[in-house]
Amino acid sequence: MRKGFLVSLMMVFFLGACSSQTNKPAQETTSDSSSGTVEGDTVSVGILHSLSGTMAISEVSLRDAELMAIDEINAAGGVLGKQIEPIIEDGASDWPTFAEKARKLLQQDKVATIFGGWTSASRKAMLPVVEQNNGLLWYPVQYEGMEQSPNIFYTGATTNQQIVPAVDWMLETVGENIFLIGSDYVFPRTANKIVNAQLEANGGKVVAEEYTPLGHTDYNTIINKIKSAKPDVIFNTLNGDSNVAFFKQLQDAGITAKDIPVVSVSVAEEEIRGIGAKVLEGHYAAWNYYQTTDTPENKTFVENYKVKYGEDRVTGDPIEAAYIAVYLWAEAVEKAGSFDVGKVKEAADGVEFKAPEGVVKIDGETQHIYKTVRIGEVQADGQFKEVWNSGEQVKPDPYLKTYDWAEGLSQQAN
Amino acid sequence: MSIIVTQLFNGVSLGSILLLIALGLAITFGLMNIINMAHGEFIMMGAYTTYVLQQVFIQYLPKAAFGYYFILAIPLSFLVAALFGLLMEKTVVRFLYERPLDSLLATWGVSLILQQVARSIFGAPNVAVVAPEWLNGGLTLAGMTFPYKRLFIVALVLMCIFLLFLYLYKTPSGRRMKAVTLNRDMASCLGVSTRRVDSTAFAIGSGFAGIAGCSLTLIGSIGPTLGTSYIVDAFMIVILGGIGKLKGTIIAALMLGVLSTFVELSTSATFAKVIVFAFIIIFLQWKPTGLVGAKVRALD
Repeated sequence: MRKGFLVSLMMVFFLGACSSQTNKPAQETTSDSSSGTVEGDTVSVGILHSLSGTMAISEVSLRDAELMAIDEINAAGGVLGKQIEPIIEDGASDWPTFAEKARKLLQQDKVATIFGGWTSASRKAMLPVVEQNNGLLWYPVQYEGMEQSPNIFYTGATTNQQIVPAVDWMLETVGENIFLIGSDYVFPRTANKIVNAQLEANGGKVVAEEYTPLGHTDYNTIINKIKSAKPDVIFNTLNGDSNVAFFKQLQDAGITAKDIPVVSVSVAEEEIRGIGAKVLEGHYAAWNYYQTTDTPENKTFVENYKVKYGEDRVTGDPIEAAYIAVYLWAEAVEKAGSFDVGKVKEAADGVEFKAPEGVVKIDGETQHIYKTVRIGEVQADGQFKEVWNSGEQVKPDPYLKTYDWAEGLSQQAN
Repeated sequence: MSIIVTQLFNGVSLGSILLLIALGLAITFGLMNIINMAHGEFIMMGAYTTYVLQQVFIQYLPKAAFGYYFILAIPLSFLVAALFGLLMEKTVVRFLYERPLDSLLATWGVSLILQQVARSIFGAPNVAVVAPEWLNGGLTLAGMTFPYKRLFIVALVLMCIFLLFLYLYKTPSGRRMKAVTLNRDMASCLGVSTRRVDSTAFAIGSGFAGIAGCSLTLIGSIGPTLGTSYIVDAFMIVILGGIGKLKGTIIAALMLGVLSTFVELSTSATFAKVIVFAFIIIFLQWKPTGLVGAKVRALD
């Protein structure tokens, strides 16, 4: 098989050299593997993020991180001796476009894998496409869990690597009366369902649960509700611009981090730049990685990122998760000795990588990765100071099977 | 008790922000029947003007002067937005009078272009405006906190309304504008240059949007799509108040502000939006001319 593969590769190279129509033979020669254009000495991969529209704010830097990883791998000799060639597509913050572009990448460009997505909606749109075409998707953002596709690898945190430990930490160190505030869509609603179940089992109390439409900017009424509910801590699953309005108005109402701290799960370094560090100082966030995370790998990572994209750019959890996705894929391919999706998936189990956040490992069963959980406190310079970490990498558990209180949640979610 | 007072204050402050946004729209939409979809982008322009001025102050002026930048930002954002409004009136809008549906499409196109321009200049991520020190914190009275920023915005809106009425009732140019609003053809027959009045009105309307943008920097984030989230509310207010009626616009804005904060207090933010929109629909079924719109003098 491997020999035949090589022979056909040489054939492709030869044909490619003397004929302008390289696409057709490439298709024939790779017909034994389900996808992956392996023409001559390059292999193409898809990068599919929103480069325009409302999500561009966040997703452009993920593309940058992935391109940086590809450049580094190429400089070190590529994967299986081949240079990686990225094909960049714009999902335009529109979920049907994500599905369409994923189909184009898999069927027309025959990419070996796709790195992409941010919102759960975009992932859910790409999911059936990668499954039908037996493609591979690496999804790099923390999400609400309750999902597992044979064709998706998840390099961001699932709930038991972010939300569940964050709630435990709040109960232990801050207090047990928790105010839940979130944007009104899938992620916050699912996350808060989990928080409710967890608190019920562990003796905490949800004093109120509030949702606002995406893009909402007037939080005075909710702040009034916070004042009268007197929670010990606010658990924040707001997304996007709303965070700016919420934190600014919270400060103006005279509520500081000392009075009622806010623990956020969607506010990273990039968002702090937009909100203003002064407004956020003293509040907390739960992630797996911060720009300040102290590892030698991270020092190089941050340095390289700034050299490549500018001194004023910051890294953050999803950026790092996008970066390591490329490396993990490359390692899995090397281990499999092939770009074939089935073989890569099989080989992926147990693949390790010395990531900026520390060593990460792929869990073959769930196709999520082992990650360390960290709680950080926002400093005046817009960076995080780590105040707690899980000490070890936490095994991913997207359906929360190992928690008794979570029984029934996974059925509800599906 | 204190919660009712603070909620009332929140309602008035929300209403005054909505009013500032709707004020400019009431002039362009009410006077000239132009559905200006780019109104939101004039808001965005005012906000970015404030941001740029802040950067200038940080880089070129002594630290002590920083506190005053916001005072300067208000007239400057009015001017910038008004100039762009004038430019748009001369190049796009003037060919579309009496064609409201075409004006909707054309101005929407302009709004998309302006958003993209802003994205190209300032980048896609939101930028933060730092409020001057004297606007931080709040006034505490009997255990209730009233943020200075909100008080400042209410005062700013009052001043804008005062100046607008002064202009409309006390200056010749303002009187001409009123005449055109009441009966365009008759005013034209009497020698009023309706074309010049249109330009002035459009510039003033856009300028008010600029001031609105300037004040919004105190509340939320500045991004290319800042204006789009407010434009629907603004149209609602103008229609609810009775098209072309400034008094109606004022009442409608305050009513919506107070109504939505109180509904939100007893239900949730998402639900409050639904209730308020339902209320507007029912009200307009019952009184299609809006709150203040009973007297019809122009015979279309």
